[in-house]
Parts: sequence; C-alpha cells; structure tokens
Amino acid sequence: MYVIIVGAGNVGYYLAKTLLNAGHEVLLIERDKRRCDLLRDEFGESVMRGRGDEIRIMREAGADRADIVVACTGDDEDNLIISQIAKWYFNVPRTVARINDPRNESIFQQLGIDATVSSTNIIYHLIEQEIETGEVIPLAALKRGNIEIVDVEITTRSPVVGRRVRDLPLPSDARIICIIRQDNALIPQEDTVLEPNDSVIALVSAQNERHLRTVFLEEQAV
Amino acid sequence: MRIVILGCGRTGAALARIMAAEGHRVTLIEWNNDSLERLGGKFTGAVITGNGLDEDVLKKAGIEQADLFVALTEGDNRNLMAAQIAKERFHVPKVIAKVNDPIRAEAYRERGIYTICYSLIGSAMIRDLAYDRPLGTVEEYNVVPPELKD
Repeated sequence: MYVIIVGAGNVGYYLAKTLLNAGHEVLLIERDKRRCDLLRDEFGESVMRGRGDEIRIMREAGADRADIVVACTGDDEDNLIISQIAKWYFNVPRTVARINDPRNESIFQQLGIDATVSSTNIIYHLIEQEIETGEVIPLAALKRGNIEIVDVEITTRSPVVGRRVRDLPLPSDARIICIIRQDNALIPQEDTVLEPNDSVIALVSAQNERHLRTVFLEEQAV
Repeated sequence: MRIVILGCGRTGAALARIMAAEGHRVTLIEWNNDSLERLGGKFTGAVITGNGLDEDVLKKAGIEQADLFVALTEGDNRNLMAAQIAKERFHVPKVIAKVNDPIRAEAYRERGIYTICYSLIGSAMIRDLAYDRPLGTVEEYNVVPPELKD
C-alpha cells in the first residue's frame, strides 16, 4: 500500500516507522525544515518537505496513486482541509484525520472524511469503561461507530460460567466471534462452554453494547 | 440582517464596525482580547470571546439565526473549516471566507463556499494599475489566472 502521512509530529513519526517496518510504501510530509532535516537521516527519500494542504505539494507527492492519506498534524482545521483536498483532487480512496477536539468527530464525518482518530476519545472511553465495569473494553468501532467489537472478561462470578454459547441470552444483533482461553483463540461452537477467565470477543451494535454487558457481568457490576 | 463575524483582525473589525453602524445585528467572535481594541469605543455589536470552530461558541454568537457568516481569521484552513460548519451544520444562507491561497480559494468556491482571496485581488489590481488599464471588478480579480495554475 502507498500511504501518505501529513504531519511528522510524534503520531506521524511512529506511524511512518510502523508502516515502513510492515513493508508499506510511505511518504511523510512535514512543513518544518529543521524537523525534515532530522527525519531525513532516518527515513531518507520517504520524507518530503511541504504543506499537505497545498494541491501542488500533494501532486508532487503522488497523491493520485495513494491508497490512504493520513492527516495527523496538531491542528484539526489543517487535518480537515488536507483530507478534503486529497479526496476531491486526487480521489484518494481512504482519508484518515486525527482530531484533537473530540466534538469535531461528527462534523468531519459530515464533511466527507472516511475515518477520524481522536486520542482524547479513545482514552476517555477506556477510562469510562474502566470505571463503569472493568470488564468490557471496546476494541474498535466499525461502520462509523454503529457496530463495535468488544472484549469481555469472564470473571469467576459471571452468570455465564458453565453455560453453552447457544444458551446465552444475547441481544439479536450480537455475535461471539472468538473466545481467548489461556492464550489460545477458539472459534466458538454452539456447544462451547464458557469458563472463568475466558475473554470473549464479540461483535455488537452500539445500542446493544450495554445489554450485552449485562449478559456477561456479575450483577453488582452492571 | 444578523451577522456573525469570526476574527477581529483589520478586516473583521472594519466590517463589524461598518455593518453595526448601518443598523445590522453584528456579533464578533475573537479569542484574543487584545485584538478587540481595533473595534474602537463606538461599536454597538456584541463580542464573544472564544474559539470560532467550537459549535457551542458559534451558537452563543447566534449562528442559528444568522443570515450571514463571515470567516476572517489569519488561517485559511480555520476559515474554511468554520465556513463549512456554518454552511453544513447551521445552514446559514450566506457564508463568506477569506482564503489567501488562490488554489484553495478556488477549490472551495467551486464547492459552494464563497471565498475571497486578497492576494489574487490585490495582485490583479496592481497589475492593471501598472499598465494604466481601467480597473476590473472584484469578480474578475477573484479568479485564478492561468499563470498561477500548477
């Protein structure tokens, strides 16, 4: 895949490194000259100096053949415009924008950005989940947040211990896709019996996540 | 008319003073209190201190009832984002943004945000003055000439 990353702060830097290690073609665009010179030692030709919100620069970067453009500068407004230009002028199939103010998530989606990443939101959700239950952790939100993949830890006191998958009173739009048992991943069958300390990975609609939680968790935790 | 202006630079302050003096209901959004001195003592409109990309701040400034929204901060992208929020989120009937990069100004104008590009207008006007030609209209100046494409 060819990935263009705009903004070589910490997020852009480590993302570029990770993608390069995974064998992808990466171009890191950074407007600050000094930062660019520093990065060139490590990334060589994979660094380009310029502004990712300028059409000329993106053309030079080969944005028309990019599979993904990731806008991860420190400013939400820059990330929005970078993503829109990538879409409108270069038909980039997928644009990902980092957002700092989590409230910008919905406006970015309304304005055509394919995916947004907000570290504020991710950390907030982790904290919120931790306080609420300690056992259900959302791994990812699919379909713009309508479907979630959640990880449920089964405690010894969970009401599902000893029950078969087919007998669980799951919401109709929830599916158990994997059970992690002592570092082994099992594909659950209808007669798989749940054990304490299992980790259940499930797919569930956002509106039924809470319902799913009530099925697995000991009552006082709900 | 109800007018919300984002940015109290020279243009924002001048526009706010003129429109308020002409009897319109003007609200200005600016996050730097020092810039507000440009409004002088006789400004009759309202001032909101805050971030113009924040929907709560925009609502407080009355964007939901606004007939016109004008984005005049120093940042092109800031103006373009604010203008899109005003248009798509709050359905303000008329939205104008200052954009200094001619190419970006054209890109968004083609997509329904009325952009004004001072650098284009200024340079085209100076060229006409240099040749002693009669001056053109703003509409004529506010388009990207072929020399600047690419």
